[in-house]
Amino acid sequence: MRWLAEVHVALRPGIADPEGQTIGAALRSLGYDTVSEVRSGKLMRIAFEAGDAEGAEAAVADMCRRLLANPVMETASWELRADEEQQAAETVTG
Amino acid sequence: MTVVGARPRVAVVVFPGTWSERDFAHVADAVLGWEARLVWHADTDLGEVDAVVLPGGFAHGDHLRTGAIARFSPIMAAVERFAAAGGPVIGSCNGFQILTEAGLLPGALMRNDHLEFRCDWQWLRVAHPDAAPAWLGGMEDGALIRLPISHGEGRYVADPETLDALEAGGRVVLRYADAGGRVTAAANPNGSERGIAGIVNERGNVLGLMPHPERAAEAEVGGTDGLLVFRSLERWLHERPAAAERRL
Repeated sequence: MRWLAEVHVALRPGIADPEGQTIGAALRSLGYDTVSEVRSGKLMRIAFEAGDAEGAEAAVADMCRRLLANPVMETASWELRADEEQQAAETVTG
Repeated sequence: MTVVGARPRVAVVVFPGTWSERDFAHVADAVLGWEARLVWHADTDLGEVDAVVLPGGFAHGDHLRTGAIARFSPIMAAVERFAAAGGPVIGSCNGFQILTEAGLLPGALMRNDHLEFRCDWQWLRVAHPDAAPAWLGGMEDGALIRLPISHGEGRYVADPETLDALEAGGRVVLRYADAGGRVTAAANPNGSERGIAGIVNERGNVLGLMPHPERAAEAEVGGTDGLLVFRSLERWLHERPAAAERRL
């Protein structure tokens, strides 16, 4: 079955984030005076096939470990769900 | 067979998006009379070579992270075998980024702290050249050299323990300096931790550096300090015929 993972890659605490700082400065220059910190990161939506939830979870963990995040400066977290639209479509056509 | 006097043979790896391979090959072939071989990233064999170059550029478009995709290119397995056997490997700029992503060197290279792409001549202080005998062995400890830099993501980062271990092992071999040789924040073009411009692996055969030695090998282009790196390799190969004979 098809799964959808939403992977968030964030910089580790303490790693300088000049992009986030620049975005924060821009927000403050627009009048958002209360903005104290912006941390930038990446969001990736991944659609893939896996037999069950456990297998899907393991697959995403493996993707993060091997490629999506560099543990030197990044952490990865994710939300995983079955692709219900896809399953509904399969039910109709099947 | 003796290889003393033989022309060094270097493999220059080309990924989609690499841009410095022809400069490296030009210096090797035209300036020094060596034999450079361009090796496509999808190949699995480096051929019989004495050294491997991972040149600068934007391998695989720098997508995801610099070097993150390149480390999985098929040729990298051969580069890793070559390095594991003690063969000299140099990664300049994007090549350095690839070496860190591949785990051949510790740490990572991130966006310059000022967010600008920086293309300029840069003074560098050499330290512990004997820690990287193949690449810096001909230089003096504390020597001040001048090479071009050209990068947007050259800020070296690693956790404090890794940085301490690198320093304790004498493996920080190049630091950004000013014209007087002082390693200062003002002389640091990208915000690298501890002014780090180049490091070497524990064994001493894999060097990563952000500057471009291949762009400073002829007086016509403004400097020749880059030749010191090439000459070091030449000398190292001559002094270690047994290692060279193995033709890793």
